Amino acid sequence: MNEIVCSLLVIGAGPGGYVCAIRAGQLGIDTVIVESGRLGGTCLNVGCIPSKALIHAAEEFEKAVHWSSASAPLGISVSAPALDLRKTIAWKDHIVGRLNNGVANLLKRAGVKSVHGRARFRDGKTVAVETETGVQVIRAQAIVIATGSEPIALPDLPFGGPVISSTEALALTKLPKTLVVVGGGYIGLELGMAFAKLGTAVTAVEAESRILPLYDAELTRPVAKRLKEIGVSVLTGTRARGLSGKGDALIVDTASGEKRIPAEKVLVAVGRRPVTDGWGLEEIDLDMAGRFLRIDDQCRTSMRGIYAIGDVTGEPMLAHRAMAQGEMVAEIVAGRRRSWDTRAVPAICFTDPEIVAVGLSPEEARAGGREIKVGQFPFSANGRAMTRLAEEGFVRIVARADNHLVLGIQAVGQGVSELSTAFGLAIEMGARLEDVAATIHAHPTQGEAFQEAALKALGHALHV
Amino acid sequence: MGERVVKLPDVGEGIAEAELVEWHVKVGDLVREDAVLAAVMTDKATVEIPSPVEGEIAWIGAEIGEKVAVGAPLVRLRTAGESDADTPAKASADVGAQPVEPEPAREPAADTAAEEVEPKPARAPAPRAVPVGAPPRPAGERPIASPAVRGRAREAGIDLRQVPGTGPAGRITHEDIDAYLREGPAGTPRSRLAPDNTVEEIKVIGLRRRIAERMELAHARIVPITYVEEVDVTALEELRTKLNAEKRADRPRLTLLPFLMRAMVTAIREQPMINAHYEDEAGLVRRFGGIHIGIATQTDAGLLVPVVRHVEARDIWDCAAALNRLAEAARKGTATREELTGSTITITSLGALGGIATTPVINRPEVAIVGVNRMAVRPLWDGKEFVPRKVMNLSSSFDHRIIDGWNAAVFVQRIKALLETPALIFVEG
Repeated sequence: MNEIVCSLLVIGAGPGGYVCAIRAGQLGIDTVIVESGRLGGTCLNVGCIPSKALIHAAEEFEKAVHWSSASAPLGISVSAPALDLRKTIAWKDHIVGRLNNGVANLLKRAGVKSVHGRARFRDGKTVAVETETGVQVIRAQAIVIATGSEPIALPDLPFGGPVISSTEALALTKLPKTLVVVGGGYIGLELGMAFAKLGTAVTAVEAESRILPLYDAELTRPVAKRLKEIGVSVLTGTRARGLSGKGDALIVDTASGEKRIPAEKVLVAVGRRPVTDGWGLEEIDLDMAGRFLRIDDQCRTSMRGIYAIGDVTGEPMLAHRAMAQGEMVAEIVAGRRRSWDTRAVPAICFTDPEIVAVGLSPEEARAGGREIKVGQFPFSANGRAMTRLAEEGFVRIVARADNHLVLGIQAVGQGVSELSTAFGLAIEMGARLEDVAATIHAHPTQGEAFQEAALKALGHALHV
Repeated sequence: MGERVVKLPDVGEGIAEAELVEWHVKVGDLVREDAVLAAVMTDKATVEIPSPVEGEIAWIGAEIGEKVAVGAPLVRLRTAGESDADTPAKASADVGAQPVEPEPAREPAADTAAEEVEPKPARAPAPRAVPVGAPPRPAGERPIASPAVRGRAREAGIDLRQVPGTGPAGRITHEDIDAYLREGPAGTPRSRLAPDNTVEEIKVIGLRRRIAERMELAHARIVPITYVEEVDVTALEELRTKLNAEKRADRPRLTLLPFLMRAMVTAIREQPMINAHYEDEAGLVRRFGGIHIGIATQTDAGLLVPVVRHVEARDIWDCAAALNRLAEAARKGTATREELTGSTITITSLGALGGIATTPVINRPEVAIVGVNRMAVRPLWDGKEFVPRKVMNLSSSFDHRIIDGWNAAVFVQRIKALLETPALIFVEG
């Protein structure tokens, strides 16, 4: 097979890789992208997108179930709703397929050549790709490693049989009667809540003393409340030991001793690890930062001409971080001056209710030695939230006390994920509390809570 | 009445104290906002301390010559209204639940000029009130700027930490970048010397582009050898002066070049490979019988090389006439294509700017170029004593792929001999 020679080679077509390749193509760089699976990576195929599809289906189903009970206040009644999970999954797969094609078209339109197969470094400039038709050697002036991450397995609960990762959970065509979720982080809870709404008896097991330990307790409280409402039993301070002998239950250690939880499926969602093997890292011997590839503020690795982006480079392992890095690297390769200087990477937890965090929490800001002002506005005082049965939650804004520069914004509530755009913009633009307070927020929207939180931090909220 | 304490700002990196060198105010003076209160000197610069507010000087904290620690109170001002009424933290205190704290006590000692002297952010800032050499914000503090401003600064190679921000909370605006590009770092007006960060983009087009491409090819392909030799042109100059003095009215004035051209004709007869084109892609040398000498000529548009054809068939006067006509045509832009192409060897002469030695670039596909350097009177040793002689260097480059160093040297030495004894130029055969 003829060797391919190109200016830029991107290994991995996840959100970081494909964005990098598209941008490079737009800039006229002769670019090749290699992917062993389907275009779009974890995010598009087994992560963000399919999970949101399943979560949406679960929400809708749960609503129908709710309406079918006599206590529902909206005056809508339905008779016993039924779920065909096979159809739900097919619908989800259809969306994923459309997006796969979309990415392929975008790459094609940008003039990027896609190679399907597993890439492996031979040296710092050469990669061999095992394709269906043989080994394709690609020689490139610059190479971007965007190999992403994969679910971490527990030694006592290896994947297989009833023990599944998020990938398999998103492909189940038969609803399990019982599901134990190991890991009370965002992945476990998003999926656990979805299955609970679809009708599975879900138990969540978390080793820490509370769920979503990465967010502050105030933000997670509405989620904990909702978990209880939809019947998810949460065991904190509990460790998974292993499957029972028959494989139909999970044995856990709790503070009060060993416990057996019946489980048709066990979803292990204890985090993700960077994919640093299988592509020849040992051939090029890059410097590491813990488990991750070490990069500088231009995503350069320790080897000249080799860049790394996305989950393989560290926390937060989020698609939008990878995309921003990918775009930046393409521009750097094109000779533009770029460096990583974003102020905040928004993080969203798509539980019910949703959690958004951008910038510093009050605790983090105080830890930095700053005098701060905090303003918090509850959705229970927001008209739009009331009409949507979404009174749970709040928006909270953190600012410097001296000049009112906004340092962080958090929210928990139904649909607050869409507020992340306003939050991110405020921080990147260097907004002060006065800027947010003086911006007209359309009425009636949940977004008004953002303005009110700023007003409250300034000491004159109008609606509380 | 309120009171405002003005402390000595952090006037430069790593400076813990500064010497008070001048008071511009005394107790009882009324000062406007931004009026200069005092000047302090560090080992790096003299810095003027402006007043952050309008008020009356109530107390002065140091004598001239005294060292003042950074963060130490310099002046107490009696101001209208409450103490520190115009700081943002305070603006909301009347509605907030927190008790009112006196502002100065809460501020850490390391507060800098930017924070201290800046009026409340909403008000238009005083022009360039930041002192010389002082960073516009505390060390380690990230500048506030929108992504667009940050990107623009990066492209322009500006370190945003050095740019004072005039926006709310010290935010750096596009206008601040404009000002920084125009005026350089804050405070430099004192020295009037400011770095110029402007970048003008000039499209390389037309003749310039052709020159660039030809030079690039010449540099990429040719392996040049440059040979510099000194020529005593005293005799030649005597002859030239005499010929010019006694010439017929219809004859052109002679410069040195016609003599050089005729000398080259003789030298080329003995080294014919010098008068050739090397078609390197075809692997072919075209040796010419006719000697067509290109004359590198500076014009307003750039470098042109008009060609005097068949120099072997022209006498001195004819060469001079052709030179004049072509140089004129090239400068006026009326030279024809034929007059600008077809040279087999080139002369380059910068006249009075000729320097001592040059490394002329060969006019590809030719294989040689003769460069004329400046003539000067220099002492030469004649065996007994130093005598003043008119001396000029020739710097000639040859394409070493075709011309060996030995042939190049023989060629130049022959020209030297001819020019030093100009009668030989006129001896045929």
